[in-house]
Amino acid sequence: MMKRDECLDVIARHHTNEIVVAVYQAAFQWVVIKPDAPNCIATGAMGQGSSHGLGFALGMPQHRVLVLDGDGSLLMNLGTLVTIATAAPPNLVHFVCENGTYEANGGHPIPGKDVLSFAGMASAAGYREVHEFSELDKLDAALPGILKARGPVFVTLKIVPGKMYPENFGYMHSPKARADFKRALKRLPG
Amino acid sequence: MATIKAVDALSGAAIIDEFKRCGVEFIVSVPDRVTSESVLRRVAADTALKLVRVCKEDEGVSICAALSVCGKRAVLLMQCTGLLDSVNALRAIAVEYAQPVVMMVGLLGHESESPPAESPKYGISVVPRILDAMNIAYEVLHSAGDEKRIAPAIERAYANSTPLAILIGRSPV
Repeated sequence: MMKRDECLDVIARHHTNEIVVAVYQAAFQWVVIKPDAPNCIATGAMGQGSSHGLGFALGMPQHRVLVLDGDGSLLMNLGTLVTIATAAPPNLVHFVCENGTYEANGGHPIPGKDVLSFAGMASAAGYREVHEFSELDKLDAALPGILKARGPVFVTLKIVPGKMYPENFGYMHSPKARADFKRALKRLPG
Repeated sequence: MATIKAVDALSGAAIIDEFKRCGVEFIVSVPDRVTSESVLRRVAADTALKLVRVCKEDEGVSICAALSVCGKRAVLLMQCTGLLDSVNALRAIAVEYAQPVVMMVGLLGHESESPPAESPKYGISVVPRILDAMNIAYEVLHSAGDEKRIAPAIERAYANSTPLAILIGRSPV
């Protein structure tokens, strides 16, 4: 099984100018791994990361948007799969880090743990391309194609937590986090 | 339900004109019985507006907020039940983050010129009280001519980066 921070390290190696919307544990890790990227981590309420990603994808079609979602978060907003598939932004890649638990809320199991298939639901909802990875080298090999593919693309990352990073909720919800994101957006080419 | 003369009723076409007058480009919506025919169906047929159909209203809060970061103006068109369902998203994304999430909210079952806070229906009267408690500005529209308050209110919301609810008290025609 892959560790989440190792997955994010791999994604960071392939990341160029994509806007990144990351939630909770993925956000805490991603802002350490890639602090200068256009990172939106202020998505307000659990489940809303992918909806922010859709808004950015529609509002900035000249840029690509990567969503780093969580499994508990996605379960809280499952309709987003249908909304995104229907809006069909070609510039959106939606990753979900699946570890089967509410990691930030005590590690309790998610409903459907080890049974449901997020990739299956995304496919049924109408995402253009769907992937599932549990091995780092396969993720590494596929990412160049995934990041260029016509979206919406969905990618399940089967993970375990890995190294713990500081849970900086104060920064996540701060005006500074939103200002950092807007400054990074201005630095994007085009 | 009282019969409303068409001449007194809000106009869906005028509402859409107001959206365009202040640069609204996106309409994000879960269908609402109050505005379904007069507004949403016109939006769906209007090639100058981009319609994003969402499954649940809180998705729309996030989409509108994200679009505002992109410099795009949007209106979340929904029923008051959807607003009630979106309170946590509004609390964080619109109020705490101070973002211009603009909502047009049909007051299902109101169909009256009386203030919604005085409605005998709890589902109606609670809406302005919740907006007051959340410090979200709102306008109540119910009669022909009220549409002219839409564009200035939206301009204020974007200028001040604050949320706004436009409550529709009677079905437009």
